[in-house]
Amino acid sequence: MPLLHVQDLVLSFSGLKVIQGLNFSVAQGSIASLIGPNGAGKTSVFNCLTGFYRPDSGSIRFAERSILRKKPHTITRQGMARTFQNLRLFKSMTVEENVMSGLHCRTHAGALAAIFQTPGQRREEARVHRISQECLDFVGILDKKDWVAANLPYGDQRRVEWARALATKPKLLLLDEPAAGLNHNEKIELIELIRRIRDELDITILLIEHDMGLVMKVSENITVIDYGQKIAEGSADQIQNDPKVIEAYLGREDDEEA
Amino acid sequence: MSTLDILLQQLANGLILGSFYALVALGYTMVYGIIKLLNFAHGDLYMCGAFIGFLFLSLVSGLLGESWGGILCSMILSMITVGLLGVLIQRVAYLPMLAAPRLSILITALAVSMVLSNGVMALTDGEYEAFSTDLGFEGLEMGNVFVTYTQIALVVSAALLMVTLFFFINRTMYGKAMRAIAIDQDACRLMGINVNKVITLTFFIGSALAAAAGVMAGVYYGSVHFFMGFVIGLKAFTAAVIGGIGSIRGAMLGGLVLGLLEAFGTQIPFIGSEWKDVFSFGILILLLVFKPTGLLGKTEIERM
Amino acid sequence: MSKQSQTPKAAPAPSRSMLLDWLAIQRNRITILMILAGMAMVLPLVANNYVLEILTNAWFYVVLCLGLNIVVGYAGLLDLGYAAFFAVGAYTTGILTSEFGVNFWLTIPVAVVASMITGVIIGGPTLRLRSDYLAIVTLGFGEIVRICARNLEITGGASGLIGIERPSLFGLHLNQINHFYYVFLALAILACFISYRLQHSRLGRAWQYVREDEDAAEAMGIGRVAIKLYAYVIGAIFGGVAGCFFAAKMTAISPETFMFQQSVLILVGVVLGGMGKIPGVVIGAFALVLFPEVFRGIGSMRMLVFAVVMLVIILYRPEGIWPARRT
Repeated sequence: MPLLHVQDLVLSFSGLKVIQGLNFSVAQGSIASLIGPNGAGKTSVFNCLTGFYRPDSGSIRFAERSILRKKPHTITRQGMARTFQNLRLFKSMTVEENVMSGLHCRTHAGALAAIFQTPGQRREEARVHRISQECLDFVGILDKKDWVAANLPYGDQRRVEWARALATKPKLLLLDEPAAGLNHNEKIELIELIRRIRDELDITILLIEHDMGLVMKVSENITVIDYGQKIAEGSADQIQNDPKVIEAYLGREDDEEA
Repeated sequence: MSTLDILLQQLANGLILGSFYALVALGYTMVYGIIKLLNFAHGDLYMCGAFIGFLFLSLVSGLLGESWGGILCSMILSMITVGLLGVLIQRVAYLPMLAAPRLSILITALAVSMVLSNGVMALTDGEYEAFSTDLGFEGLEMGNVFVTYTQIALVVSAALLMVTLFFFINRTMYGKAMRAIAIDQDACRLMGINVNKVITLTFFIGSALAAAAGVMAGVYYGSVHFFMGFVIGLKAFTAAVIGGIGSIRGAMLGGLVLGLLEAFGTQIPFIGSEWKDVFSFGILILLLVFKPTGLLGKTEIERM
Repeated sequence: MSKQSQTPKAAPAPSRSMLLDWLAIQRNRITILMILAGMAMVLPLVANNYVLEILTNAWFYVVLCLGLNIVVGYAGLLDLGYAAFFAVGAYTTGILTSEFGVNFWLTIPVAVVASMITGVIIGGPTLRLRSDYLAIVTLGFGEIVRICARNLEITGGASGLIGIERPSLFGLHLNQINHFYYVFLALAILACFISYRLQHSRLGRAWQYVREDEDAAEAMGIGRVAIKLYAYVIGAIFGGVAGCFFAAKMTAISPETFMFQQSVLILVGVVLGGMGKIPGVVIGAFALVLFPEVFRGIGSMRMLVFAVVMLVIILYRPEGIWPARRT
């Protein structure tokens, strides 16, 4: 049984079908990619998986449980974390506070515990700090933990997003265009980081990416979608030689006439 | 009076009330549609309209009398003045806040509302001003139901204003621009539409309609008061939500529906007139919970 | 905490002298707080009844403003019917003591539960909607509560309740103004303490996440509706408890105390001092009460002046009087 299994997923916005009967799955422990031309519906798929959009029909099973039409925070709690295409940090808060947000769903202290500062609450706070700092250390920006997030350079803001997602202790990490806006060296670091997340933390990874070089290098399994449907699936080599994929990216002949 | 007569009488009352609500709700919905701002000050513009109409009427009554001529003239003058006041508010208070967090914009709108209502209160010492008119009490008698000509005239003028607005929105370039901006402001800018000018015009029209309703209310109730805008602001918002906020037709429909609901609601045993407001706010809350898009509102893309 | 000593590459390094400065500021802050508290404690020995009456009122508004601050300042929700919770508390105490002869202190837990229930009833369904809908619903709700108080028999109708029993504390019958001064001072200090602890907790952080970016907070596993409801209900409890003591001090309450203006006044206090900042809110509450006393004779202009001040603050200094913690 795969970790994530999507079947016959349909999503439409006021009559316009964005995803039309999509099927794909992600195996436990793999690094998988979802690619497709602009407007193919990749981010919409992510939004359905993470609960931000409500699909019309279909099934999404994650870790053997249906997560269809669950609220985003419930899905995160069940072990699926995400990053955003255009960064969504808590800009006026510090880097560490940003990462601490990921631990909210793994901690319990309520109002009374906070008012009386019970021993349990203090232990929990200490644990929150410790894990946040471990996550920051993992992505390599622990030295900047007291910076206000908005003041960080772009590449480091991305790292805060990863650290924040890692703090939720996910089974599956969804990365929405992680390489966007990064330079060559940063991309190489990114590939290494993605592999480390999988190998050292045992987290399955699904990413959407435009940078084909990066996708081919890092992914073990690639799903190609166009017009909200799967058109190909397989390893990097299989995908690169698939006529349907080439057609989708380079255009059909009749496209020019239309 | 028979039950039927009571119902017919309430139908008439509901229509009059509803047309005030509809006029005020239109301004709410237009401003909300175009810049997503909940203009708390809108009810106070209605109140200002009533007071300014009252001032103009006492100025022109020497020349035109206190009958239809004078009232019409002061209503138009009041609409222009309050329209400009609405534009001034938009320029001074709302324009600098468009990029600010939502909470700040809401507090700004609330502050503007408080400035207007308390300003008028300070000027009038919080007294009721008698809105004296000379319209007589003749009317139509149908069986046991009696409707004055004044009441008929008020409903007809409200309807005329709404029909004019409807044609303006649907048949002119400005109207088209307004609807386009409501959908996508940035795209409109790129297409060369002068967005600021259209927003200004929207505020002008919305405020002028509120002023018209204010003057009509002054004529109808015979007095004006600084606090008269508060409750009607809430009611008009309710009407806008009933119809579907952002929808012009919805605001008109919502106003009438709310007016009729209130008129008939007060006839239900145990809901006397003192519970009238509880009745309509209750409707608002239930509606927001169960059908926040209203009767004619568009469903937004469902998120979460 | 050993990792704190690592020096950030580009950030201004927290050198030893800066650390000492920071400690000195902290120590100063505690000293200042102690001095202020001491002054507040000995004031009844020197001040006359008029001054005490005003200051008692100021402490009372500190509690209300801090309660609203949890909703507006921490969670970023606009509540325009906050006086309703204050009314729920005041009427709970008023009805239970005067109609049923219940001991004042026993009415407080009842009022807490009543405020919580009211908070859930009004917040539960509306907190999932757009934030501006919440503002208008709370406004309507505030009116509903006032109209109910005005028209129901049990609340004494338009004339309200009179002859509410004053409470005793350790055998001391609270009936002097300096008694109430200390009661409200204690309440205000408690409110500050609770606000501080909440602000610097898991819950306080969650409020800030939701306030800054609801979607990102959801993606991090924070249920925005539940978190907002939490803030709303805690704010309601503050208002309810303040209402209990208000009823006991005044011995009479009427619906007109809980008008829309009251809700706006409390909001002005929060915005004026600085949303989300405890010292700012305390100063804001004091400004609310002291201003009309210092500038006598503005009478009916009072609300106008407050409205203009609120407009100017929100347009030109949205962070309020109190300086921001970080820039």
